[in-house]
Order: sequence, then structure tokens, then C-alpha cells
Amino acid sequence: MATAISILPAQQLAVLNDAYRKAVARKRLKMTIAAAVFCAALLIAAIGAEVNLRTLFTYFGNFISYFDRILTLDSGARVWTDPAEWFWGWKKWLRMLGETLLISYVGTLIGAVFAFALNFFAAQNTSPSRWLRFTVRRLLEFARTVPGIVFALIFVIAFGLGPMAGVLAIAIHSTGALGKLFAEIVENADMKPVEGIRSTGASWLSCMRFAVLPQVVTGYASYALLRFEVNVREASVMGFVGAGGIGQEFVVAIRKFYYSDVSAILVTIIVTVFIIDISTGWLRARLFGKETRR
Amino acid sequence: MSQLPKPDTELLRSKYPDVFARPASARLAMPATIAAALAIFVFGLVDLDFSPSKLISGVSQLGWITMMMIPPNPGASFPLYMQALGETLSIALLGTTLAAILALPVSLLAARNIIPSNLIRFPVRRFLDSIRGVDTLIWALVWINVVGLGPFAGVLAIMVSDFGAFGKLFSEAIEGADRKQVEGIRASGGSVLHEIRFGLLPQVLPVIAGQVLYFIESNTRSATIIGIVGAGGIGLQLAEQIRVLEWQKVSFLILMILIAVAAIDFISSKLRFAIIGQRAVA
Repeated sequence: MATAISILPAQQLAVLNDAYRKAVARKRLKMTIAAAVFCAALLIAAIGAEVNLRTLFTYFGNFISYFDRILTLDSGARVWTDPAEWFWGWKKWLRMLGETLLISYVGTLIGAVFAFALNFFAAQNTSPSRWLRFTVRRLLEFARTVPGIVFALIFVIAFGLGPMAGVLAIAIHSTGALGKLFAEIVENADMKPVEGIRSTGASWLSCMRFAVLPQVVTGYASYALLRFEVNVREASVMGFVGAGGIGQEFVVAIRKFYYSDVSAILVTIIVTVFIIDISTGWLRARLFGKETRR
Repeated sequence: MSQLPKPDTELLRSKYPDVFARPASARLAMPATIAAALAIFVFGLVDLDFSPSKLISGVSQLGWITMMMIPPNPGASFPLYMQALGETLSIALLGTTLAAILALPVSLLAARNIIPSNLIRFPVRRFLDSIRGVDTLIWALVWINVVGLGPFAGVLAIMVSDFGAFGKLFSEAIEGADRKQVEGIRASGGSVLHEIRFGLLPQVLPVIAGQVLYFIESNTRSATIIGIVGAGGIGLQLAEQIRVLEWQKVSFLILMILIAVAAIDFISSKLRFAIIGQRAVA
């Protein structure tokens, strides 16, 4: 069965086609200009970053062979043929790993407590004064933008080498990150309970405690757990600047070319991060699950 | 003033027994969790050598350092720092772009609607996961061992660690794409490549572009960090000045980083809005 397709008169068609081509051409031109600008930026960046393709090609073999080397024991056998030899330092590494987890736990908790104390001042709907809000916001922004490891570098000088500097660096960075997220939850909270409590003559503190807090506390816990997950990664590199944890062992192994140790510690870190990811994910699902069931 | 009648507690109690008598497990769960959290916290403080005297001397030391930082002053090395900042921005831009280019084909392999077979998808996903499990700084150390100290190692480190993140994000964007346009292409006789090019890419490219821009933004921060282990850029200068205790220069460098990050944030949020807006219009 053939259906007739209506065709517009040639004149009308020509006008429409013309308009269509013009529209497409304009879009294409825009695209081309954007692509050209981007390529130019890339080229400048490549010169700025001293990219040398020849170096890459000469050394790319090194990258592959590096992985070959870190997967080979001193005896020349592959690492997985002799796990006992591969993980020879497991007692020490597990202790360092425990220290890493503790650093991120203590750091996250301190950060969460400070963020908790500050976030009501940073949120638009609960802050008692505009100036206070502005100051607290800038403070949190500063703590969030300066990378944790920069704080660690400075704290190592102030507090001495060791995990304490790492904990404080993570705590400050977490305060900044969590403070912002917490304040956003509070801004999304329902304000009617606050009015209800205020109408009974309650103080600002009671309003926060009995009207806002019950609404937001699950969200807080969820974000704090997420932060803990991120901080485990962060803590695993704090050792690079001498702020405790497994990073210290790792950087020694890499700088002294203890090849099989590098892979062993890497595997331990990856497995730990996996476990933490999965278990906090499960815990968060349970927390949120409870919330929706209620 | 009228007196409210006193509530009959006994009656209420007998009417709603479960409101008044919650099971012990429910009543004890919260205090027990808090006690456990506190116990671990205290154990952590002890195990990590926290001591009040150390804290006090450290804080006073820190106060002194802060005093030394004011006013921020680059001395004679301002041009050098500007160059280092440019290097950092270059590292972020180049590393992110390369990662996106490499991750696009791999993310197709990890997307459920492109590769239905678990046999290929599963290993690809685990591979991307393990790349993401390793911090950028660790990749930087590995690449320094391979191509030597300098910004090039930084580019490669950012490239590898973002490759893992992009692979996951892109494949999720592809899985979220609408099937109908792909089916339309197939119905008109297109090959698999045609389906991807004309059915899938127009849907996912704006999403991907938004994510790449966001990563360029966050990589400006990462790029400052990797300099600390020797992979070039402004982080290298920062770490050096901290080690030689040139606090005025340190504070100046930190200010430079903050301003650069804020500027990139501003530009990329404008660009992202432009891309998403364009998509909403088209």
C-alpha cells in the first residue's frame, strides 16, 4: 500500500531548506570555533606541561615493565606463586593500615563535630545574623579549598612528624566539606516546626534542638559516612608528607625500589578501600532505608 | 485564666502501650552506638599519640606561623610562581582531556545497553574500580618513576586516575540514554557504529561534556597536590617554600591557588550552564 507523502511547492521548500541550512551552518560554525579554541588551549597546555611525546614513547615500555617488576619477587618468581613471601611484612602493614583507618575515623569525627557546631550559623534560614553567616561561610570555604595535604605539610612543621598532623589536616578539610553539606540540608529543612517551637517562647538553641535537628540528623550521618570513605583514601597518602599511616611505608618502598612491596601495599590499600566503600554503602542504605520505612 | 485539664496518663498508658514501653533494644541502640563511637575515638586519640601538651605547643607554633604569613609576599619569584600556576592549569586541562578521550571507548564496553554480556562488562568494571581505588598522588609517584620528575608525570597521573572515574561516569550516562533513538537508527538500516554515532552520542555528549568540565575544575585542586611529590606545577613551589619556612611566600602561593580555583569554578560553571542550556533548547 502506497501512501502519498505531501510535498510542498518548490518555492516554499527552497525557503525552508535555506533557513535550515543557515541554522545548521551557524551551529557548525559555533562548534568549529569552540573546538578550535579548545585545541589551541590544549596546545598551549601541552607546551606548558613540557609534554614530550618522544619521552612518553621511549618510556612507555618502562610503565609496562614497571608493573612487570612490581609483580616479581626478588627470587624472580611471580608474586602470586608465593603469597607468604609477597606479604612478608603483613603484620607491620596491617598495623599501619589500622593507623590509617584510625586517622580517618578520628579526623572525620572531629570534622563532623565542628561542622555540626558551625552549620546552623552558615545556613540561610537558621543563622542568627548575616555577618556571622558570611564569616562562617568564608571560613568553611577556606577549609574546603585548601587541599588537605597542604594543611598536613604545615601541621607536620607545627605539631611534629606523626599521625597527629594527619588527623588535624583531615579534620579541618572535613569541617569545610561537611559544614557546607550540612548547611545545605538545614536550608532544605521544613521551617514550620521551628515556627511552632518559637511560638511557645523557646530560645534559638531550643528551636535548633527540637525543630531542626530531628529533621536533618539522618542526612548528617549519611554525609559523615561518605566523608569517612573519602578520608580513608586521603589518609592513605598523608604518610607521603610524614603525617602518619600506610603512606609512609608506601613512599619508602617506591623510593627505594622495593618492587614487590609496592604491589603488596597497593593491593592492601585497594582491598581496604573496597571494603570500606562497600560497608559504608551498606550502612548508608540501612540508615536511609529506615528513614523511608518510617 | 483557664486551667487545662490534666491528661489522664494512666488511661493513655493503657491505650498505647508501645508508645510508652519501647523494647530495650530500641532504647539502648542509640546510646550504645554513641558509646562505641566514643570508645573508638578515645582509643584513636591514645593510639595516635595525642597529648594536650603537644596540642598546645603545636597550636602556639601554628599561631606563630600564621603571624609570619602576614602579609603575603612573593619576593622576587612572582614570575616563577605565575609560570608554575600556568603549569598546574595545563596539567589539569591536558590530563582531564586525555582521560576523557581514553575513557569514552572503554565506557562503551562497561555499559549494559551496549555490551549485554557480563563476561566482558564485569572485568572492565572491576578494572575501572581498582584504578579509582588508587589515589592520584600514588599514580604520580608511579609515573615519576617511569618518566622522571616534572609536569609530564603529573599529566599522566591525572590522566590515569581520571580514566577510572570517567569510565564509570560515562558508562552510567550511556546506560541512562534513551533506547528509542538507537532503535530508530537500527530500523532505518544503520550499523552498530551508526547507532552509537547518531543514536547514542548526541544524547550523552552534553552530559559527558558537563562532567569533563567539572573534573577540570576539581583537577585544578588535584594538580596543585601532585606537585608536592615532585610532579611539577605550583604544588612543587608550595612544598619547597614550606620546607624552607618561607611563610610569606607560602601564604602568597596559597592565595594564588585559592584565586585560581575560584576563577576556574566561575568559568566552568558558566560553560556548563551554557552546554546544558543549549541542550534544553535543542
